[in-house]
Amino acid sequence: MNNSLLVVVLASGVAYGTPLLYAALGELLAERSGVLNLGVEGMMLVGAVMGFWTVQRFHVTTGVSLAAAIGVAALAGAAMAAIHAFLVVTLRASQIVSGLALTIFAGAAGLSSYLGNDLRLAENPARHQFHAIFPASVQRWPIVGPILFGQNVLVYASWLCVVAVWLYLSRTRPGLNVRAVGESPAAADAMGIHVAAYRYAHTLAGGAFAGVAGATVTLAITPQWVDGITGGAGWIAIALVIFAFWRPELCLVGAYFFGALQALSPELQARGIHLGPTELWTNSLPYVMTVVVLVLVSSSGARRRLGAPSALGTPYVREER
Amino acid sequence: MRIERRLRQPRWLLVAVPAGSLVFAFFASGVVLLATGHDALSSYRRLFDAAFVDSGALGQTLISATPLAFTGLAAAAAFRMRLFNIGAEGQLYIGAITGAAAGLYLGGNGGPSAFPIAAMVVAGCAGGAAWALIPGILRAFFKTNEIITSLMLNYVAAYVLTYLIFNSESYWRQTKGFNATVFPTGKPLPNSALWPGATLHLQGGIVLPLGAGIAVLVAVLLWFLYSRTRFGFEAQVLGDSARAARYAGMRTRRKILAVMAVSGAIAGLGGASQDGDFRHTLDADPNGLQKQYYGYTGIVVAALARYNPLAVVLVAFLIGGLQNAGTTLQGADFPSGLVGVMQGIILFSALGGELLVRYRFRVGRRAPEAAPSPEPAS
Repeated sequence: MNNSLLVVVLASGVAYGTPLLYAALGELLAERSGVLNLGVEGMMLVGAVMGFWTVQRFHVTTGVSLAAAIGVAALAGAAMAAIHAFLVVTLRASQIVSGLALTIFAGAAGLSSYLGNDLRLAENPARHQFHAIFPASVQRWPIVGPILFGQNVLVYASWLCVVAVWLYLSRTRPGLNVRAVGESPAAADAMGIHVAAYRYAHTLAGGAFAGVAGATVTLAITPQWVDGITGGAGWIAIALVIFAFWRPELCLVGAYFFGALQALSPELQARGIHLGPTELWTNSLPYVMTVVVLVLVSSSGARRRLGAPSALGTPYVREER
Repeated sequence: MRIERRLRQPRWLLVAVPAGSLVFAFFASGVVLLATGHDALSSYRRLFDAAFVDSGALGQTLISATPLAFTGLAAAAAFRMRLFNIGAEGQLYIGAITGAAAGLYLGGNGGPSAFPIAAMVVAGCAGGAAWALIPGILRAFFKTNEIITSLMLNYVAAYVLTYLIFNSESYWRQTKGFNATVFPTGKPLPNSALWPGATLHLQGGIVLPLGAGIAVLVAVLLWFLYSRTRFGFEAQVLGDSARAARYAGMRTRRKILAVMAVSGAIAGLGGASQDGDFRHTLDADPNGLQKQYYGYTGIVVAALARYNPLAVVLVAFLIGGLQNAGTTLQGADFPSGLVGVMQGIILFSALGGELLVRYRFRVGRRAPEAAPSPEPAS
């Protein structure tokens, strides 16, 4: 039963969905404060390469090494986000172009590739990687075994993150302030909230999440380094935030849905199932579905009702409100 | 010190800021080079020589610059209207597919002839425009954000390209001969569908590809369209303020579709030029056309040119030189991502520089306010 297509696709959907989930949670935090960051793909790749580098170069026990890698990846992602924050918050640059610039700067043909080449990371597979934490007997339980108990610690940590982000945004004072900054920065400013500080902090937090998302790819899913290893996951994560109506709990659902779509392609090919041009449609499916989902949620009425932060994408200048 | 909005933007700044951005970008990239243990000055020296000075360098730079001129123009055409078509990459692939189909079908023996080449140009434009119209239609009728849809379609286009050569026995694939069984490739274009080039007697003969000439022509047409016609004016108004355009009775949807189609057609033309000028087949090699990222680099070109079509051509030549030098020098002490890093920094500086164009810094107290408050920040 655990070898049936559905169970296998769902189980790897959770695994593949985890980087999407981390990245989407980060982007959600940034967007809730009013900063659209299209540089997720670039931040993920830099997090991926730096996390991988940490594991290769610091020879300590597996646990310490992996924990350090996650920390380094988060820092690297946050550093990338700092460039974006500086440009759009302090210099009031266009958030769209700046985010694109960040992806070009850090992405598959930029800094991540530069670091990967310069540090010669493509030569060896990862020395340590995240493994499933439950014993094999538990993983053999029907259906729930592979899907819920066959995962690595990053998957379970991501669930905690979903709860934490949800609690933070809906149940704490700073969370309320973030939402105010994203909805109406002028009103928030009048209340004495430091708009720029909130935007910086949440853009950086978003970058850190994206960095962890990248490290999830290189340390848990495909433990190696290849240029552009995330393959557009950062962009899917951005779409996911819209799909999830800017709510962390829905990000979880969406991430596993898109993760399962990604898992479907290799699984169908491995089982020799051919339905028309299989390679073409299974590989394209996650991207096509992203477009379809965006169309479904994109009427402007729906966006407003569903919770798009009103000030998303606009710089806040006190004198010009 | 305070920052205030400029009421008028001096003309000299529009040139000085991009130029200053380039200088700053080279300085900042130098810091990256030093930080990773490379000698920045000698790297730049070799970069410059490999781009413009060495024997044959200019010819290679033209080969890199031609597609960038097309994708840069495609981005400029759309971004000016605040339609963020970042799908030039995919539109270029589709243009290459349709362009190659026209060339394979209509071409024959003998030298380059006008009819198949013209057909390739038209087919490339049509393919690119059709692919760009998907996000265009979604944006015009469903208000779907074109940034993410156009980008997602880049991946789909890449899979289509790969599928045609690697996973199917399509019309484009070479199925005869020994090599075809070893590694899948595209059918070579017939001789009459190869685009001719003009040879200049410089640096031992530089070939000026036909595509470069077409790109210059497109730039002039685009400049004319945007600064001398009603269509261009309306597109600009729509970009600056969609509400004002609607109140003035402009047809928003139609304009979005038209601008996306123009943008996609230019990118698709770049794809046809890849077939006819340079690759002479439909190139689906994962390390070939798909590793060049022409579409994304075009955004850097367009932004640095401040979306001015004529400036795009010039900037494409400079960035093409950078790209070419990066490929030539690639190796142990010149890691491959360096060019992307420099392009990113150039784009960051150009963006930061916009602040200087739009605002001015003033030390001391506020000057007496002369004009009513200007339009909100973009």
